[in-house]
Amino acid sequence: MDFGSINPAVLIASLMVASVPIMLAALGELVVEKAGVLNLGVEGMMIMGAICGFITAVGTGSPVMGFVGGAAGGAALSLIFAFLTQILLANQVATGLALTMFGLGLSSLMGQGYNGIKPPSTGKVPFGPLTDIPVLGRILFSHDWVVYGSIVIVAAVWYVLKFTRAGLVLRAVGENHDAAHALGYKVQRIRLLAIVFGGAMAGLGGAYVSLVRVPQWVDGITAGAGWIALAIVVFASWKPWRVLIGAYLFGGITVLQLNLQAAGSRIPVEYLSMSPYLITILVLVIMSSGKGRASLNAPAALGQNFHAAR
Amino acid sequence: MLRLEKRPTPSQAWAWGTPFLAVALTMVAGGAMFAMLGKNPIEVIRTIFWDPLFGEFAWYLRGQLLVKAGPLVLIAIGLSLGFRAGIWNIGAEGQYIMGAIVGAAVGLAAYPTESRWIFPAMIMGGAFGGWVWGMIPAILKTRFNTNEILVSLMLVYVAQTILAMASTSFLRNPEGSGFPGSRNFNSYPAASNPELIAGTGMHWGVVAALVTVIWAYILLQRHLLGFQIKLAGQAPRAARFHGVNPNRLVMLCMGISGALAGLAGLFEVTGPAGQISIDFNVGYGFTAIIVAFLGRLNPVGILLAGLLMALTYIGGEMASTNLGLPSAAIQAFQGMLLFFLLAVDVMSNYRIRLFTMGAK
Repeated sequence: MDFGSINPAVLIASLMVASVPIMLAALGELVVEKAGVLNLGVEGMMIMGAICGFITAVGTGSPVMGFVGGAAGGAALSLIFAFLTQILLANQVATGLALTMFGLGLSSLMGQGYNGIKPPSTGKVPFGPLTDIPVLGRILFSHDWVVYGSIVIVAAVWYVLKFTRAGLVLRAVGENHDAAHALGYKVQRIRLLAIVFGGAMAGLGGAYVSLVRVPQWVDGITAGAGWIALAIVVFASWKPWRVLIGAYLFGGITVLQLNLQAAGSRIPVEYLSMSPYLITILVLVIMSSGKGRASLNAPAALGQNFHAAR
Repeated sequence: MLRLEKRPTPSQAWAWGTPFLAVALTMVAGGAMFAMLGKNPIEVIRTIFWDPLFGEFAWYLRGQLLVKAGPLVLIAIGLSLGFRAGIWNIGAEGQYIMGAIVGAAVGLAAYPTESRWIFPAMIMGGAFGGWVWGMIPAILKTRFNTNEILVSLMLVYVAQTILAMASTSFLRNPEGSGFPGSRNFNSYPAASNPELIAGTGMHWGVVAALVTVIWAYILLQRHLLGFQIKLAGQAPRAARFHGVNPNRLVMLCMGISGALAGLAGLFEVTGPAGQISIDFNVGYGFTAIIVAFLGRLNPVGILLAGLLMALTYIGGEMASTNLGLPSAAIQAFQGMLLFFLLAVDVMSNYRIRLFTMGAK
């Protein structure tokens, strides 16, 4: 096995790219869960974002429009979830599963005839001479705008949740919806907005998979990234900056195992490709047990439906 | 304005009516989807729901109904026990695969011995494989408080990788000239799961499914465990006062659903699928979730729901060969059905009241 062929700078640069989809989706889900809603349909919304983004980008020839389309696709699917759980008070776990199954089916239906097409490429941000700095230039200044955008969104979500009135209201709804309702906040409306935001973010993440990461359309392209995003929210104990760390960790594992496969590692390919899922389980175990139980930080009203009796 | 008013107790009439309403609504919405794909919606719906039962090839397709419904019912019964208790095992697909691999490995280890004990041993192996795969999330949940939804789902991806390994390396047919896939069980009588009555599609898996339906019905109606499962789901606090041990319930529900999914996998791989191959699984583990809900988590309901879902599989295949309907359309159609089910469920728990602004 040849570790020498793995260049650490390239590895870090590519893990930043690999982690964008799960980071975006996990951030969206974090906001949704902070509002007290458990949407297990992340995988479905991501793959809808992937196909909608792909179709829009191929149709318009503009990657930016592709990302807009992806976000719109994810948000549109999340509206179904919002309607079912907030208006018709359906079980959130079951509805989320339905969302994933429906999204997988619909995306593969919409993707007929899009196999083997190359989407317009998303350009790198021109940093000029900065890109030529050895090592650092490769790591920090060689990416497309979505990579930087995702970090900005982490900061924005953190700021809004922690320092603004809107963030406080959102968290109040997620901690105790009866109290929030008594204070006059529109619980269902706030949750609906959070769900749509989560859907748009998942869609954005999905679009990044089909437009930049892969970049082409194949059925089931997200391959469980949405579920890993859900796990990252638990890993991050519902804190935005930890989502960034979690996403980089998982991006790192994915990239490393791909690199090891390419470098002809003696570990069989199958073990490497199942490693992201096994490590997700391991991380969940570590984070959920012991004294620093992540679940203690979970929003108190998570997964409970709200029905105003009066 | 419309307003929802909670019913004191769920309506029995609506509880039975909602699945039918949901199926009807899905046909309408699905028809609209088929129309958008440029197909005649009435023709497609007829091909899916009518032709397999009463059409030209019904003599063959009716048998297929049991072949598809068997594994769906077997898995869904197991899942429904957990769902009732609020334990969400959504990794049945992985348990199904692992059951098939372990069971097949037992049979292949004995090849080419002919003995009547081989098939029963394989059945035990299948149940064991699924049970182990279901116990992993159960133990992690009870011991480390991890989320069983995420763990059981992650294990599906792991199982799929193991399946790829099994069919390309450790279970590959040594006489298969290098092609992936195991020996075919249909040419190994001691380990095969043939059609029991020609033309009906009845194989041992279907028998097992029917037995399981009866068993689950008795369990839920007459047995203390069934009572505890229902109690834990409806009133977790009351269940604790009653002395229900939640950890024991998690272990039992996950173990049972895992073992049943494993059995389904074994019967499928030895019968209809014939061999372990990279893609012998066709997502029954996920569709079974829809079946469980469509049957309202009730054993008899699940039996009927399994038959209906089998119909959409067969009809969907027919529609794709005869009318050129993309096979993904039927997957979206099944997802849609679950949406409508969950949506109309509001009718059994709430009354819809009309009220005018200011009258309150």
